[in-house]
Amino acid sequence: MKEEAAPIKTETFMVNMGPQHPSTHGVFRMRLSLDGEVVVDVEPIFGYLHRGVEKLAEGRTWVQDVTLTDRLDYLASMSNNLAYVLAVEKLAGIAVPERAEHIRVIMAELSRIASHLMAVGSFLNDMGAATFTPLIYMFQEREKILDLFEMTCGQRMTFNYIRIGGVSCDLPEGFIPALTRFLGEMPRFIDEYDTYLEDNEILLARCVGVGVLPPDKAINASVSGPSLRGSGVRWDLRQADPYSIYDRLKFDIPTGKNGDVYDRYRVRMEEMRQSLRILGQSVRDLPGGDYRTKVPVTFRAPAGEAYAHLESPKGELGFYLVSDGSLSPYRFKIRAPSFINLGVLRDLLIGCKVADCVVTLGSLDIIMGEVDR
Amino acid sequence: MSFWDYIKDLSNIARRVAEWTGGEWWVYGLLGLLALLLFLVPSLLALIWIERKVFGRLQVRYGPNRAGPFGLLQPVADAIKVMTKEDVAPARGDRLLFRLAPALAFMPAMAIFAAIPFTRNMAVNLDIGVLYIIAVGSLGVIAVFMAGWASNNKYSLLGAMRAVAQTVSYELPLVLSVLAIVLATGSLSLVKIVEYQTVPLLLLQPLTFFIFVVAALAELNRTPFDIMEADSEIVAGYHTEYSGMSFSLFYLAEYTHALAVSALIATMFLGGWKPDVGIPWLWLIVKIYLVFLVFSWIRGTLPRLRVDQLMGFAWKFLFPLALINILIVAIEVQALEGFPGWLALVNIPVAAIILIGMARLFRFGRVTAPARAPERG
Amino acid sequence: MIGAGIVKGMAVTLRHLLRRPFTVQYPEERLPLPERFRGNELIWLVEKCTGCNTCAKACPHGVIQVETSAKLDENRYFVEKFEADMGLCIFCGLCVEACPFEALYLSREFEKATYRHEDMFRRRDDFINAQKNFSGYFYPYLDKERPKRLEGW
Repeated sequence: MKEEAAPIKTETFMVNMGPQHPSTHGVFRMRLSLDGEVVVDVEPIFGYLHRGVEKLAEGRTWVQDVTLTDRLDYLASMSNNLAYVLAVEKLAGIAVPERAEHIRVIMAELSRIASHLMAVGSFLNDMGAATFTPLIYMFQEREKILDLFEMTCGQRMTFNYIRIGGVSCDLPEGFIPALTRFLGEMPRFIDEYDTYLEDNEILLARCVGVGVLPPDKAINASVSGPSLRGSGVRWDLRQADPYSIYDRLKFDIPTGKNGDVYDRYRVRMEEMRQSLRILGQSVRDLPGGDYRTKVPVTFRAPAGEAYAHLESPKGELGFYLVSDGSLSPYRFKIRAPSFINLGVLRDLLIGCKVADCVVTLGSLDIIMGEVDR
Repeated sequence: MSFWDYIKDLSNIARRVAEWTGGEWWVYGLLGLLALLLFLVPSLLALIWIERKVFGRLQVRYGPNRAGPFGLLQPVADAIKVMTKEDVAPARGDRLLFRLAPALAFMPAMAIFAAIPFTRNMAVNLDIGVLYIIAVGSLGVIAVFMAGWASNNKYSLLGAMRAVAQTVSYELPLVLSVLAIVLATGSLSLVKIVEYQTVPLLLLQPLTFFIFVVAALAELNRTPFDIMEADSEIVAGYHTEYSGMSFSLFYLAEYTHALAVSALIATMFLGGWKPDVGIPWLWLIVKIYLVFLVFSWIRGTLPRLRVDQLMGFAWKFLFPLALINILIVAIEVQALEGFPGWLALVNIPVAAIILIGMARLFRFGRVTAPARAPERG
Repeated sequence: MIGAGIVKGMAVTLRHLLRRPFTVQYPEERLPLPERFRGNELIWLVEKCTGCNTCAKACPHGVIQVETSAKLDENRYFVEKFEADMGLCIFCGLCVEACPFEALYLSREFEKATYRHEDMFRRRDDFINAQKNFSGYFYPYLDKERPKRLEGW
């Protein structure tokens, strides 16, 4: 009697990655359907960090809302402050003194470097530099930036520094020398870091060709920031729709070719160099004068609506404000780049290995404070 | 016999005690075990401290420096913490296997030391020493798989699957590289291998050394080959569910294994207790620690490979390399009827050429899995 | 060529091995705080306060509560109650900026951990008796001769 061999049956299984997982960058959760090591389906789930910022903002005054924006992308609070303030100023037609514009640009670019350092460091951590070595090197440099921030406004993370009509206080004495020294040291660090990992074969093997985001798909999904530029699209709001004094500054927009994880990593490293260039120029041109046009504590924006956006480290950060002429906004809408960049996650992950999931997510550089708001 | 003789060769003490008790075999056994424990336990604590300190300094920070002078008591503090923690077992897991696995993980790593010769006499002169070590060393993966299965956790299972695949793949180059040594020395006994090394085998057979170290790193599952407990992907792999003392047994097993492999490298490639001056066994211990320092340095630097790349590396790079290596060594042994020391001058450039050539040819394959994205309803 | 990049990276980490640690041994070794450091304590000067309640209105979280009664003989208000729940405070400094009489300051104290939330509540007397370590935030003239932070690196 011949025995019929039963066909080998395999089934996909579900793995919950997050919300408590070492490398989902906050409380992000992915429900992975796995076929062995291969990802068959992904369901991104978020909302664990939802604090209702948009609604909270409607209950506070225009001035107080700056403190809420600190808590969106907490790694680049200065950019958030600036984006919100730009929207309010557009709404109310407030002119900003020249010195304040320069200070704002300095702060925004410093926070871009800080944010990119963190993004790259934690991305390499996701890749399995399991002893945190790259991350801690990054922290070291970020620490210097935070020192500069602390010196200026007294806080290291939630600054509440950029205000409607200017900035809250002038640069302290000793800031410019410290910043100049930082500008002198930082390129050496970036070069050293590049020698450390730029053509490390393991890194290349893990990154090149992984998580490829084609430009058309990126544009369709309205991805922005380094993730978009990694795909080769030359789109940077600092040049595409200049705000503040960016139209007067010279810098390049680094872009990638293949749109893979490696290109996004390279774009971030290169953007840090460009930010240093911008910083050098704005420090050089820093004028004297007033740092703030006085805005009353009971500031009322005229009725109307305004949308202002800027290139935050994560992408296009926009604030849409509607005012009914009262003390607080009538509607407060945030276009959070991390949230929108997450939209392509499912397309990127399907078909790759579990290990690539983490790396791809890391390369998109999401901040849950901004995604869930 | 002078005091110095006792220090130089601790086995003299054992012999003395054995004479005194009547030369029973179990006296030797017990004394050996005691000596091993006296070496192992402080070494393990030292290893943990060294590694943390190395990581600390690599990362431009201090590393542990609070508990005791220079933080030397940090591992002790960790041990106390771990022992006082609750030992939780998953409710739906296989309770027996779950408890058995940590003990089983620890055993083979320790058993390797039975065959490591600390000096000519301080060893069980096993004729099949190398064979024994390879056989015992590969038992560890069974415990890992047991732990992964018994935990009833998907991360654990993934880790265990990876562990099995990885260990099986890397065992081959490991064994083949050892074979080259056996060819050259003509013996499976580790004592003979050490005695053979007037010139350390590191210089005589650099290619073998490279293969062995890489494969051993993979066996130890240290970065860049630590996919079975890849913390950023599968949390902690096979020991995700372990806590308290059972976790620390796995942790200790890992370090014991690292110590054992360092000892093997020191014995087989760096000349063991040689140069035979001063206290010979101290030479070996220093060498073991040096090898471990290098391991820590590698671990502190590199990111991790992906599972398919890891397999590709084993099968497409290391395995052919090991075969080429055996071929070269066999030809040399046959042609020269031995393995004279001047061969180092030939073998180092040969190894460099072959390594560079292979590295140029090798690519980490990019496995593109069939993208079968299910449509969302 | 496989391997060259890895070797370069190993050399970089080896160089770091020889550097002086960047970290600070906190309780024994302390970095000088910057002048404008916003610590987690408010400083309220009872003699300057007029009880105008501007700070309470400026606060985004409603941390500060002020109650006053009229003091007719001196032609001013008497601040009966000045309370702040520092557990809710986010140290944004808006109250300090809002105060028209320079009666509110942020402190440079930061080691203010307590076991219970209630212990963070500050009443009128707590404010009066508190040690006052003024932060230069919003009042830069306060801190001319304090040690500078950014000399170390």
